[in-house]
Amino acid sequence: MLSDRRPILLTNARIIDPSRDLDLVGDLLMADGAIREVKRGISAAGVPEGAEVIDCRDRIVAPGLIDMRAFIGEPGAEYRETLASASQAAAAGGVTTIICQPDTDPPIDDPAMVDFVQRRARDTAIVHVLPMAALTTGLKGEEMTEIGLLKAAGAVAFTDGARSVTNARVMRRALTYARDFDALIAHHTEDPDLVGEGVMNECEFAARLGLMGVPTAAETIMLERDLRLVALTQARYHAASLTCADSLDVLKRGKEAGLAVTAAASINHLTLNEIDVGSYRTFCKVSPPLRGETDRRALVEAVASGLIDVVMSDHDPQDVETKRLPFAEAEPGAIGIETMLSAALRLVHSGDVTLMALLKAMSTRPAEILGLPGGTLRPGSPADVIVIDLDVPWIVDREMLKSKCKNSPFDEAKLQGRVTRTIVAGRTVYEYV
Amino acid sequence: MNIAPKPSFVLHQRHLLGIEGLSRDEIIGLLDLAEEFVAINRQVEKKRASLRGRTQINLFFEVSTRTQSSFELAGKRLGADVMNMSVGASSIRKGETLIDTAITLNAMHPDILVVRHQSSGAVALLARKVGCCVINAGDGSHEHPTQALLDALTIRRNKGQVERLIVAICGDIAHSRVARSNIILLNALDARVRVVAPSTLLPPGVERLGVEVYRDMREGLRDADIVMMLRLQRERMNGSFVPSEQEYFAYFGLDEKKLGYAKPDALVMHPGPMNRGVEINSTVADGARSLIREQVEMGVAVRMAVLEALSRKLPSA
Repeated sequence: MLSDRRPILLTNARIIDPSRDLDLVGDLLMADGAIREVKRGISAAGVPEGAEVIDCRDRIVAPGLIDMRAFIGEPGAEYRETLASASQAAAAGGVTTIICQPDTDPPIDDPAMVDFVQRRARDTAIVHVLPMAALTTGLKGEEMTEIGLLKAAGAVAFTDGARSVTNARVMRRALTYARDFDALIAHHTEDPDLVGEGVMNECEFAARLGLMGVPTAAETIMLERDLRLVALTQARYHAASLTCADSLDVLKRGKEAGLAVTAAASINHLTLNEIDVGSYRTFCKVSPPLRGETDRRALVEAVASGLIDVVMSDHDPQDVETKRLPFAEAEPGAIGIETMLSAALRLVHSGDVTLMALLKAMSTRPAEILGLPGGTLRPGSPADVIVIDLDVPWIVDREMLKSKCKNSPFDEAKLQGRVTRTIVAGRTVYEYV
Repeated sequence: MNIAPKPSFVLHQRHLLGIEGLSRDEIIGLLDLAEEFVAINRQVEKKRASLRGRTQINLFFEVSTRTQSSFELAGKRLGADVMNMSVGASSIRKGETLIDTAITLNAMHPDILVVRHQSSGAVALLARKVGCCVINAGDGSHEHPTQALLDALTIRRNKGQVERLIVAICGDIAHSRVARSNIILLNALDARVRVVAPSTLLPPGVERLGVEVYRDMREGLRDADIVMMLRLQRERMNGSFVPSEQEYFAYFGLDEKKLGYAKPDALVMHPGPMNRGVEINSTVADGARSLIREQVEMGVAVRMAVLEALSRKLPSA
């Protein structure tokens, strides 16, 4: 810990609170792990004795980010990433809450595992870590898990992680059952049969590279099926990672029909495209694959309009032995929790997405969807706060990233803007110097 | 004690295929008749002669212990010659064989056929192919009329009435023939019927069946007079309809705490056989408020009443 539990006063900051569409220059006071006051000029009389005063002139102060999709190797693959190492990377990226995925070994599919992850995180992680639990036992897509008991144990949502539940009957029953518990189901929408041998987006470039393609229809068909089941069951549903314009049309129809549907897009699909695969760069192999520029632009517009609710990192640490392989044989996945905000600021600097909309998609919306107390700067809320310098230029050096694995598609990328301070529950857990 | 059942009471149908189709008066008539047999069954001399010379065949395509023995005892006490035929489910080639069986049996001139079958509607199909009287002892997820009658009799004897009572039927409504027969019968007698279950165990459209639907035991049992638990088949657990026995018991299993949501004098019923620790715990099942053993006793009386009433429709020469 860099600092103790002293009250913290951030002064002269541009304070952005997307939960209230608030954008003002002023001060923010935190004490006892909670936000106390946010306003233009907190008088000296209102500042508790011994408070740490930090001048944030020309800086942004915003709610800590909530990363709705991160794969962590603990338990089972601690050599790739632990809750501790992931939390260090998260803190450096301004993420104060990690929503970890159940694709561990063993998977998080029973209440004891939810309990284990929460205890390990409490003891070793420097940011909040909240688990999603498996939707089906063993992530096999066959039998639903103990949704009631898992939710009571602390699971924030239910998902089979990077796998799709292909059996529509299983999905329907799980949605039906989850609705009774008001549980959220997050789903990776990709028909594995249509993915087949595909390893990158189905496009001319794939043809030139001699790589098998994955059609966007693999995603859209699954999403379409899911939304029909959501209409049937009236359950709460979250599309975990959408990547193409066709899916956005389906999503839009679902939302317009009044379904309780939300969706996320990964930082990779918002800032990279199929051309980034270049000469078989396995760090750019992700699932679903990076799409064409038209799809990427549609996705960016959807973030700007709010059609896409959430921007997440899709953080997936892969080691040398799974990435230093011929493209088709390499595992998909990219780390991203530490670079997510900086990479996303490209969209702000280019004028495509407002800072307010971006921060909303990275904090307020995830909190609302998952029913978490964060994602806001309202007085009384948890003191999960970040300070951002919008202008500082830097070049990503993967060796400097805090993740145990270095499979970053943003290695050597020139980025502008970054988190300079991350505060979790009123304590500074990261400071950029 | 020698009670002569009222000879005036007859059913208007030749068969008893379901509660559906019985009038309120017929239901009450059967319950009144059964009440008389309760007294007879508690005597040393239980034998009557109303079915003397008649042949009753219990044709069970699905394994059953209590229903089959209850019907057997009921028939014998009324003087019938009773034969049990258990047809293993594995040996049946559906449809064609069912009708072949019916034709074969019909040739033996039985007077009464008591039939249980795993498919909804199978008993009605068989009834169309035989000349004798047919009693449905449970067809698939459709109806189990004698169970609903014995449940109503049990309720009436303990509460003095059925009208206006709040009866909460809890558990696997979707697959339960007991639930369907009870919903119809209790509605006919003006009880307030609730069903309580997770959505996966409720048939879509259940709210149109004349019940109040609850997905939470606390709400569903509030002010209930009768808590009727249903058996959860093992094949419905383990992730297919509910995640596990543990989770089912945690949210829908009847224990002292959940029973506390009902009225202080609420009574507990279960058609059996019970899965202890799944839909009900032993403290409640064996407790002072449990009517489960009385239900079994009423079963014999109700089946005697049904046999007696239907026998009055049989050709006598």
